[in-house]
Amino acid sequence: MSKTNILPGFRPALGFSLLYLSLVVLIPLSTLVFKILQPDAHLSWAGYLDIIGNERVQASFRVSFVAALLAALIALVLGFVLAWVLVRYRLPARRFFDALIDLPFALPTAVAGIVLASLYAPNGLLGEPINHLLGIKIAFKPAGIVVALIFIGLPFIVRTIEPVLQEIDPSMEEAASSMGASRWQIFRYIIFPNVLPAAITGFGMAFARGVGEYGSVIFIAGNLPYVSEIVPLLIITKLEQYDYSGATALALTMLVVSFVLLLIINLIQLTLLRRTEQPSSPSGTATSNP
Amino acid sequence: MHNSSKAALQDPLWVRYGLMTLALLVVGLFLCLPLASIFLQAFAKGWQTYAEQISTPDALSAIRLTLLVSAISLPLSVVFGVSAAWAIARFDFPGKGLFTTLIDLPFSVSPVTAGLLFVLLFGAHGWFGEWLQAHDIKIIFAVPGIVFATLFITCPFVARELIPLMQEMGSEEEEAALSMGAGPWTMFWRVTLPNIKWGLLYGVVLCNARAMGEFGAVSVVSGHIAGLTNTLPLHVEATYNEYNAVGAFAAASLLTVLAVVTLVVKSYLEWQQQRNRQHN
Repeated sequence: MSKTNILPGFRPALGFSLLYLSLVVLIPLSTLVFKILQPDAHLSWAGYLDIIGNERVQASFRVSFVAALLAALIALVLGFVLAWVLVRYRLPARRFFDALIDLPFALPTAVAGIVLASLYAPNGLLGEPINHLLGIKIAFKPAGIVVALIFIGLPFIVRTIEPVLQEIDPSMEEAASSMGASRWQIFRYIIFPNVLPAAITGFGMAFARGVGEYGSVIFIAGNLPYVSEIVPLLIITKLEQYDYSGATALALTMLVVSFVLLLIINLIQLTLLRRTEQPSSPSGTATSNP
Repeated sequence: MHNSSKAALQDPLWVRYGLMTLALLVVGLFLCLPLASIFLQAFAKGWQTYAEQISTPDALSAIRLTLLVSAISLPLSVVFGVSAAWAIARFDFPGKGLFTTLIDLPFSVSPVTAGLLFVLLFGAHGWFGEWLQAHDIKIIFAVPGIVFATLFITCPFVARELIPLMQEMGSEEEEAALSMGAGPWTMFWRVTLPNIKWGLLYGVVLCNARAMGEFGAVSVVSGHIAGLTNTLPLHVEATYNEYNAVGAFAAASLLTVLAVVTLVVKSYLEWQQQRNRQHN
């Protein structure tokens, strides 16, 4: 503290919030780790490897992570287009569309789940024409999981990219265009690098949310073991069979893998931020433009 | 030359129309259609059936339970959010960054894992399982478990809205109030609260939407006893799995109204903030 702080209430505020966070979040989370560390627990290291090595478990991890990855990538493209259109074009009823973007945040996941399942079912409003035109079934197939996760991930992408697009200084684009840059060059060398860190953040958030998502997925997935069974569902299945060690092992693995992935994404973002900050010096701009 | 430089500032016409069409398609088919479809399917057999479906004993008890869980967890989350934001935005202390990160932790935990944590703590084979059984206290497969899971999930919402808001505002007004002789509570009610009320309201609205709509975490700890431990989202699932589509969508429509109200409040608050900024 550089200057003396005369504001009151530091101790009670910090004390209460620390106590609350410990009781509600930290102590419950620590059970997951202790369950593994307990020497007399049924869950030894070998037992853990046994659970994770199981074929059905590995298949569910593949389904969860591949579906979340695909969905986050598709949501990234669609979300960028939405953010671009919302920020750059004069859209009729812009405010209405903008509010609607947050629908997947606000709509309970179970509600999203049943409505997406009914729309994309083989006889559904969207499922039938898609099957007719393209010959693909979406609901009750792995593709259904991807559709549900795109729905869930979309607002994360739009909401992280939108403010960055708004903040890009128009004078940068004007300067580039007066120096003869084409529209594509302006996009490639000015807009794209500026948006990239935010896009990666949004992607990471959508991906992390998608891996753990349960409510919106189970209704549309079909939940066929080895094919369309996601990890969260397998955790619940194990719990229902009173297999607490199995459920814990899956939950902990999912948590660790997501953390590592988020960490990697944060690192990529940091290096990108550093790189975009450097060219602010005049010499940097020249070298970044091949 | 002048013309071409202007052209470089705007997307070509075909790009503009292409992207606009794609955006409208995504919003229309991916967001509007599901929203409309919920109400269409809820009212597929008319008002009468709709009214019957949302007033079955199971549906009514689900509505009551959802309101109860929200009524308990919302005030706790708000007090936590405000005190955490006060500590983080107004003071420097070692470990502040870590504390801020830990508050966001529930966002990166799968709801199912969140539910599992409380089963491991309070379940029959959990840490406190034997003690709870000996004292005949039920937490898992009962209302307290649902409240705990909801508290875990909703923990970050209010604090997350308030911290950046209070940091941006600075503490000059609060310090002025104190130096003019106001007590800590007078300062809080007269200066701090009026300044953060919109952000706080938004946090509360988001927190409430999540508390009432949480599915995965609650699903693990509830035990799915119809009429007793089914919240509204769990009731939606139960009726849907009984192939009662109208019943499921009728219950879902109530939650959807809640979501729409949340969105309306959110855009109203944003609109107001924008106006305030333009005024200043």
